[in-house]
Amino acid sequence: MEIKWYIFLSAALFCIGIIGALTRRNAIIVFMCIELMLNSVNLLLVAFSKMHMSGIAAKAPALATDAQLFVFFIMVVAAAEVSVGLAIIVMMYRNTHSVDINFLNRLKN
Amino acid sequence: MSAIILSAVWGVIMMFGGVFFKKASVPKYWAIAGLIIILTANILEFTGVKIFDIYSENMLRFDNFGLHFNTVALFCTLIYFLLNGRDIEKVGNHVSEYFALIFFVLCGVAISSSFNSLLMLFLGIEIMSIPLYILTGSDKLNLKSNEASLKYFLMGAFSTGIMLMGIAFLYGGNALGSFNIDMMQLGQGALPDMIAVGIVLLVVAMSFKVSAAPFHFWTPDVYDGAPTVFTSFMATIVKVAGFIAFIRLFQSSFGTMQSQWQTLIVIITAATLLIGNLTAVFQQSVKRMLAYSSIAQAGFMLLALFALNDTAKEGLILYSVAYSLASIGLFAILVRMNDYTIEGFNGLGKTHPVLAFTATIFLLSLTGIPLTAGFNAKFYMLLAALQNGHQFWLVILAVICAAISAYYYFKVIQAMYFKEPSEGASHQMDVPPPFKWLLIFTAAIILLLGVMPGLVVDWLYY
Repeated sequence: MEIKWYIFLSAALFCIGIIGALTRRNAIIVFMCIELMLNSVNLLLVAFSKMHMSGIAAKAPALATDAQLFVFFIMVVAAAEVSVGLAIIVMMYRNTHSVDINFLNRLKN
Repeated sequence: MSAIILSAVWGVIMMFGGVFFKKASVPKYWAIAGLIIILTANILEFTGVKIFDIYSENMLRFDNFGLHFNTVALFCTLIYFLLNGRDIEKVGNHVSEYFALIFFVLCGVAISSSFNSLLMLFLGIEIMSIPLYILTGSDKLNLKSNEASLKYFLMGAFSTGIMLMGIAFLYGGNALGSFNIDMMQLGQGALPDMIAVGIVLLVVAMSFKVSAAPFHFWTPDVYDGAPTVFTSFMATIVKVAGFIAFIRLFQSSFGTMQSQWQTLIVIITAATLLIGNLTAVFQQSVKRMLAYSSIAQAGFMLLALFALNDTAKEGLILYSVAYSLASIGLFAILVRMNDYTIEGFNGLGKTHPVLAFTATIFLLSLTGIPLTAGFNAKFYMLLAALQNGHQFWLVILAVICAAISAYYYFKVIQAMYFKEPSEGASHQMDVPPPFKWLLIFTAAIILLLGVMPGLVVDWLYY
């Protein structure tokens, strides 16, 4: 399969993530959309890694797997972000009993 | 390397120390001691004594620029701890955790000033931001703090997603299949589509992180909502570290094809300068005014990215000292005020002459009046932009914006010296003598750098 189909798929997922993050009002769903953006990047990185395998693997086999290592780092960082983000959302829910981000307008004055 | 390792280790020590420290005043001293150790180790590494020598597959590169910036950032953090140690204790019950998180941020700062691979750029920026989300929300019962923290978190995670997409496209378009930024040099030719998309996405994501203009909208809200002590840290050291990462990335990887992306930076710089300065004029609260002024100062620092030459690098280091010290000093005074509006400063010159005098020096330095460090920093930036040779109008715009900034900075000076304290307002605050001496020391550094900028700049060529 050509690389362009992978690019189309991850670009589509990425755009769904962006549109969701910008339009949805529920903090948890916004958060899920951001995760979708990160995962579309993971998909793209693995696809590119496989693409480079055929090109440069003969010269530098170690380089072509760099992207797959990168994916693991993205997963770890995303997990760290989830733990902090959910804690922040819970903290807000305790104070306001809502996870609606329309609520976030107190600072605008 | 020693700054990265030691600050991470000291962060862990502080975190576990929270179990053992009985009194809330103890963590401050541990934090200051740790910071002095890290600063010493970093200066030793700068002079060639390597405590840790770890092979990093060329993912990290410790050059003079990065190490020098680390020294500057650690020194400013030391001043920040000394000035604000007691105010950090007042934020909440988890004092040593706050210090631990600041050490983790410093670890991220050290990584993002020495990365040589896009992976390390991503990790550095994330290690820098995630503890900040927590610090922003550390005033747990305050709704404004909650809101600021959620907003900062959502914006930060969103821009991380954009940055990662940019990195993925750069990797895909790069025939060598490498994440190392010095292997991305692509020469003068037309850019492949994937690289162009990658560069645009990276510019957008980094502009989010340093709060440059079309992507600055989160900044005032977050800086306003966060506890003032942590705003001081976020708006100075972390923001400047973002710029160091920005210029490092764009100089080492896309420096040779600058003509193809310069227009983008020019638009962002001009918008940042105009929006930051014009909005700051209308602010009533000094805290919010300083948030907008940090956007305006970011516009000046973006000139370094526009110029991308040696003068720009010297200027960026000088700017980071001048801007960080002046803002940290101002915020330290602001934390102790009862009233954050400009009226709250009325008559401060009579009630607290030392505070008012040092605040005046900080404000003059932020404006860029000669004989202060801020003037030299702005001068270097403008000189660098002129040496670049393109877009002369941008320099004129920057000078006009610096003139506009005098209006809102001087409004505070005017309130302090030429207005009577309003009825019922009090300047009852706790100002111990060491705090005053530290403020005078900080102001003295700013004046000294205003006369001899070489004290900071020359170290780049050590």
